[in-house]
Amino acid sequence: MLESILITFLSAVFINNFVVVKFLGICPFLGVSKKINTAVGMGVAVIFVMTFSSAATWAVQEFLLKPLELEYLQTIAFILVIAALVQLVEMVLQKTSQSLYKALGVYLPLITTNCAVLGVCLLNLEIQGEARFLMSVLNGAFSGVGFTLAIVLFAGIRERLETADIPKCLEGFPISLISASLVSLAFLGFQGLFQGLI
Amino acid sequence: MKLFKIFKNGIIDENPTFRLVLGTCPTLAITTSAINGIGMGLATTAVLIGSNVVISLLRKFIPGKVRMPAFVTVIAGFVTIVQMLLKAYVPALDKALGIYIPLIVVNCIIMARAESFASKNPVLDSAVDGLGMGIGFTLAITAIGSVREILGNGSIFGFRLLGESASPALAMILPPGGFLVFGLAIGLVNLLTNRQVLSAGCGASEAGCEGCGGHCGIQASEKEARS
Repeated sequence: MLESILITFLSAVFINNFVVVKFLGICPFLGVSKKINTAVGMGVAVIFVMTFSSAATWAVQEFLLKPLELEYLQTIAFILVIAALVQLVEMVLQKTSQSLYKALGVYLPLITTNCAVLGVCLLNLEIQGEARFLMSVLNGAFSGVGFTLAIVLFAGIRERLETADIPKCLEGFPISLISASLVSLAFLGFQGLFQGLI
Repeated sequence: MKLFKIFKNGIIDENPTFRLVLGTCPTLAITTSAINGIGMGLATTAVLIGSNVVISLLRKFIPGKVRMPAFVTVIAGFVTIVQMLLKAYVPALDKALGIYIPLIVVNCIIMARAESFASKNPVLDSAVDGLGMGIGFTLAITAIGSVREILGNGSIFGFRLLGESASPALAMILPPGGFLVFGLAIGLVNLLTNRQVLSAGCGASEAGCEGCGGHCGIQASEKEARS
């Protein structure tokens, strides 16, 4: 049990990192990575939403879609659940914790249609075995951690790019993508990290 | 003539991939071969035309406040149809594109066109806009897919270009190659056209589509919150 949790963690954070290996959530990765502190805020908000939406979509899948044999409506059901959930999380945060709301508030609405959130919910469906609920929720949380790691690392690089001397036509998006390529190359080094383990 | 202009706008002037830089996730993820690019492009085009037509038809009935959830539901409906059709008729492509088919729902191009074009224009114009944007997207990701396939696999559309002895640069079809080719491609387009990348779909954000959904309303409110 502990071993499979560890493997899920390493896999979601390093080996199959959501952003640089699976290409999910590229838009916030490029959009909100200009400064390290906004990147951290976005990352924490994503961890939050991914964990909760993993739990919620698992429940929808198990108790609603499966008994009614409506599995083909997954995409519609999941995106609506995620949108509603983000709204709910925002409202609860606003009522209960002002400081947390202030830190995460602006990022929450942006996450609704972040492909990483819908992506993790769909990938969770492939998890087999007994503790499916636990593993789904953990996979959601760990994938969020992986997203945060990538976006914070990348923000550090981009802060330095600000002052770098870059050809005019590569300014902005192109140079960010090229640096992302190098970050992604570094993450490829984790591939085969525990081939002996599995 | 006006229709042709709308059509051309999507392919050249506001190419969703190179000019607006929308829908980056599928652009990077599935362009490991040219044929995947065409498949993804056509699937997205189908959804784009369908959702543009329906949203344009409903534009007078959808209240402004709930337009986002309404648009998402329409788009998700079309994505489900496309997904089922692909599963039934081209299972190989469905397998190759995998999770990125349902993720067309959160492709910013579709939401951005719904918000900035289909919800304001008549049906025929919206359909042509969907077709133009879709073809622009297809051409762009097929081009990126071709470059990556040639460099990373030594073939194009499955036909071998290089002899057995040549060893292709495998990294080009791995994730780093995706970022690199896409970055250089935008740079090249900028160099050739001598213009900077336009701001994203709805002209709201300096950073492209931050929410991966062309969330113009939200982006605007976020801007207010920031300032």
